[in-house]
Amino acid sequence: MNHLEITGLVKRFGGLLATDHVDLALARGEIHAVIGPNGAGKTTLINQLSGEILPDEGRIVFDGHDLTHEPPFRRAMAGLGRSFQITSVFNDFTVLQNVALAVQAHAGHSFRFWRPASGERTLTEPARAALAQVGLLERAHTPVAVLAHGERRQLEIAMVLATGAKCLLLDEPMAGMSPTESEAVVALLRKLKGEHTILLVEHDMDAVFALADRVTVLVYGRPIASGTPEQIRNHPEVREAYLGEEAH
Amino acid sequence: MTTGLFFTQLLNGLQLGVLLFLLSAGLTLVFGIMNVVNLAHGSLYMMGAYFAAAGFNAFDGSFLAAALFAVPGTLLLGLLIERIVLANLYQRDHLDQVLATFGLILFFNEVVRFVWGASSVYMNVPSWLSGTVNLFGLPYPSYRFAIIAVGLAVGVGLYALINRTRVGMLIRAGASNPDMVSALGVNIKGLNTLVFGLGAALAGLAGLMAGPIVSVQAGMGEPILILTLVVIVTGGIGSIRGAFYGALIVGIVDTIGRAFLPTLLRELFDRSVAQAVGPAIASMLIYLLMAAVLALKPQGLFPVKHG
Amino acid sequence: MASSAAARIFAIVLLAGLALVPALAAWLDQPFWVTLFTRILIFALAAMGLNLVLGFGAMVSFGHAMYLGIGAYAVGILSYHGVDNGVVQLGVALVVGALVALGVGAICLRTSGMAFIMITLAFAQMLFFLAVSLREYGGDDGMQLKGRSLLGPLDLNNPTLLYYLAYALLLAVLFGFWRLVHARFGMVLRGCRSNERRMASMGFATFRYKLSAYVISALVCVLAGMLMANLTRFVAPSYMAWTVSGELIVMIVLGGLGTLIGPIAGATALLLVEEALSSLKLGVPWLDNLINQHWLALIGIFIVLVVLVLKQGIYGWLVAKKP
Repeated sequence: MNHLEITGLVKRFGGLLATDHVDLALARGEIHAVIGPNGAGKTTLINQLSGEILPDEGRIVFDGHDLTHEPPFRRAMAGLGRSFQITSVFNDFTVLQNVALAVQAHAGHSFRFWRPASGERTLTEPARAALAQVGLLERAHTPVAVLAHGERRQLEIAMVLATGAKCLLLDEPMAGMSPTESEAVVALLRKLKGEHTILLVEHDMDAVFALADRVTVLVYGRPIASGTPEQIRNHPEVREAYLGEEAH
Repeated sequence: MTTGLFFTQLLNGLQLGVLLFLLSAGLTLVFGIMNVVNLAHGSLYMMGAYFAAAGFNAFDGSFLAAALFAVPGTLLLGLLIERIVLANLYQRDHLDQVLATFGLILFFNEVVRFVWGASSVYMNVPSWLSGTVNLFGLPYPSYRFAIIAVGLAVGVGLYALINRTRVGMLIRAGASNPDMVSALGVNIKGLNTLVFGLGAALAGLAGLMAGPIVSVQAGMGEPILILTLVVIVTGGIGSIRGAFYGALIVGIVDTIGRAFLPTLLRELFDRSVAQAVGPAIASMLIYLLMAAVLALKPQGLFPVKHG
Repeated sequence: MASSAAARIFAIVLLAGLALVPALAAWLDQPFWVTLFTRILIFALAAMGLNLVLGFGAMVSFGHAMYLGIGAYAVGILSYHGVDNGVVQLGVALVVGALVALGVGAICLRTSGMAFIMITLAFAQMLFFLAVSLREYGGDDGMQLKGRSLLGPLDLNNPTLLYYLAYALLLAVLFGFWRLVHARFGMVLRGCRSNERRMASMGFATFRYKLSAYVISALVCVLAGMLMANLTRFVAPSYMAWTVSGELIVMIVLGGLGTLIGPIAGATALLLVEEALSSLKLGVPWLDNLINQHWLALIGIFIVLVVLVLKQGIYGWLVAKKP
């Protein structure tokens, strides 16, 4: 059974068809990249998968459960995690607090009013582990507001990992990163492959071709090609979509 | 309960609704486009009534003088408030806007008490409107009828402005997506001033028309303001259509409810229960209505679609 | 809560000062101060309650005065019918308050932003009009209470005792909130304030936590209302006027939004300023008269200036200073 299965997904914004009958299936443990020119509807797709937008047609089945109309928090509880294209962390907290909060979401209920959350090992230990995985552990007690851009992107990933999600929807995790930083993220994602299923939306083609088991190309909300990285690299329509863009 | 009495109250409800519409239209536009909550809108209404009364009494019962004092006066006052206080709040969050305009309310209430005293000021219905009109055999005060007529005319005018003019199109675009309109190079500051001025003028007009039939006193703006907020929330924030239908619904439900609910309850329950419960429910009726609408449609009845 | 040394000293001085008021009042032979400061404590308590949702949860409720009203009327109505037992009154007030808060909160929290502000205001008005229509209990004019609540050995007719009861409750709530804000629940609330979208995407059912916080804050205001009825021996719909809700917000912002001590500082500052202005005697008769009669106008301008200039509030400003 596929880990995440998307069938016939359609989303319209007024007259605009943002998601045009998208079919996509993610096998357990694979990294599936979704690429496409700007405006192709990649973030809209992720928003429908994470539940921030509800599709007009189609189904989203995760681990056998139909999540099509579930609110975001239920999807997260089912094991579907997402990171945001524009960094969306908690600016008032420290790095560790951010990740601990992500852990907290899956560590039972939060109707605890007495014991300080910072003293709960069940929260801080997994948080530190997630930070170590992305390489941010030394910055644990730094306020998020002073982090560099690349570090904030790393924090994004740490937070998704900390929720214990088995399927990660990553929306341009390497956006705005320097080459060294990107390499670190590629190495991280490579380590996660197998244990985690990853839907990776990215513009960084080196990363995509280094990591992806399969690639789907989205143009104007419609998948025009889907296959191994090699197949996609040589696909005529894909070349036109990208080269055609460059010609303008 | 006779049909005549019911019809009269229905018309009264329509009249209240029309006044509420004048206030809601301005407030909902300002909020929808400029994303600013201006609680001092009720104060503008109050100042409109006071300016009108001042003009009326200074010029020997001239309604024209009242109108000339009220509408331009309130418009100017509104623009002053916008420049001095509100312009600094466009980028701030709603809490700051609420607080600052709350401060303005307190200020204006005291200014009015200082200038005109704490007791009510009186303005008479102009003599040429002090009779009654004959509606389907029923006599109805001409003045109130005139309010309904003026209000509906403004409604038609606003509809035409919003839906048939270029400026109206910009206003609608601004309500749907203010950032985009700004990015398209439209003079957003000019548009904002226009919208705010329009709202202030409408509030002044409402104050002018309400002057003869309500108690013109400090604090008169707040009950109306809250009714206006109920209208906007029920109708849909930013939506003129919502303001129109919302205002009529609130005006009619409130008036008919207050007039007939206690009587109706007395028919159904015994006297003491009806006596105790009737007026209470009648005064809460529109809030219950609002709660019911929001429970089902949190965006209001005619929400603006956001781009 | 990270705070500078200046902030900590300020907090200690404020709380210690408040503790000493009855002694100072006795020494100066000014019993009026005890009444004034009991009122300050009551509003500080209410402001603290509101601050839980306003400051820590970013829910701008413009209707919290209605919970003050529920607390006051619980005491008033029960007392009217002969039920003077403070514990019973407390039980009834808390149950009614919780039910109303659950109902109102559940509806209001389906909206956000400006709509939330307006709807909370509208609900408070609804309750205000309900109170006005209760002719049995004084209607618009309000109703005198026969006596203060009976709390066993504690004779609330003793002003000092009432003062310290209010003070004790204030400290208890302050301490409780201090724990709450750092515990899991508080982190969720603060997370929602910071980035609710992220909270939901991480798996938090944000609605139930926000509603719970709303109910807790309402109950603290109910408590304050009960004390108010006892202090003045009077209940009236004016306790629930929307201007009261506005004043609570002013106190919070003046003191420092989202800090624990802020509301106490803000309530003290605002009420002392109001008191000072209304009894100001500069020696210039027409000016004194003007200010004494129309000090609310100055408060209005003061609020506008605070918003435009001193956004962080008094305590907030101190907290932000380097430690």
